[in-house]
Amino acid sequence: MKTGIVRFPGSCDDIDALAAAARVGEPVLLWHADTDLQGVDAVIVPGGFSYGDYLRAGAIARFAPVMTEVEEFARGGGLVLGICNGFQVLCEANLLPGALLPNTSLKFIFRQVELEVVRGDGPFTGACASGERLSIPVKHTTGRYYAPSEELDRLEAAGQVLLRYAPGHNPNGSLRDIAGVCNERGNVFGLMPHPEHAVDPLGGSTDGMRIFESMRAHVEQHVLA
Amino acid sequence: MRARVLVRPKAGILDPQGQAVERALPALGFEGVRNVHVGRLIELDVDDPDRLPEMCERLLTNPLIEDYEIER
Repeated sequence: MKTGIVRFPGSCDDIDALAAAARVGEPVLLWHADTDLQGVDAVIVPGGFSYGDYLRAGAIARFAPVMTEVEEFARGGGLVLGICNGFQVLCEANLLPGALLPNTSLKFIFRQVELEVVRGDGPFTGACASGERLSIPVKHTTGRYYAPSEELDRLEAAGQVLLRYAPGHNPNGSLRDIAGVCNERGNVFGLMPHPEHAVDPLGGSTDGMRIFESMRAHVEQHVLA
Repeated sequence: MRARVLVRPKAGILDPQGQAVERALPALGFEGVRNVHVGRLIELDVDDPDRLPEMCERLLTNPLIEDYEIER
């Protein structure tokens, strides 16, 4: 699997995303001004503070030239994973439903959290079992997932909620404990926790690998086959 | 022309910033303050003010979570 990692001015988790992607294939760096995705099989929009997060988190990054290509790639069914700031960017770009608001505590939160896999199938969580727990860190100030309640009902009914914070682990006030959602088609996924920081035993957990392994399995079965 | 865009959190969405201010005021002796909400004021000079709503929808606000009001 060839994975493109987008780097905006202000990205800071691109290096860990590159290292995580290297464990499941070949990573390439995509600069924010690029207009060519270099034939990648999947794209990761990583964490950080793109364009300083001025105005609103992710609001300006969505207009970067590379995002036009990422949107077209997503519309064609390509796999796009947004982590933390990347999740915010994908919501601002309307590639994912909902929005991320400041944590209810108004504080920057950096800690390991327990997640529950809602759906153990599909391109991003296919290597997990439904109900399985994953231990992955969060680190953000703007991570409170919000969508109007009728939209949340629709997302849950359509199976678009892939990850929830386990009971007692919701760090930011996200509605219905939502930690990660996908689009209707299932090929674009965003989450606030950082799977790329949980890939090596030295980091205390390797549970984040399940996301990248899911993506590799999907690409090998459906894209490269 | 000079224009102002007032941006507010949408009614019904939890506004912890407003709540923090509301809790801080009585500590300074300012009693009787309720329903505090903190928004944003954007001032700008524009050649074509008719394009302001589009600017608000596409960049200045996120219509899912914010309401806006244009003063011109």
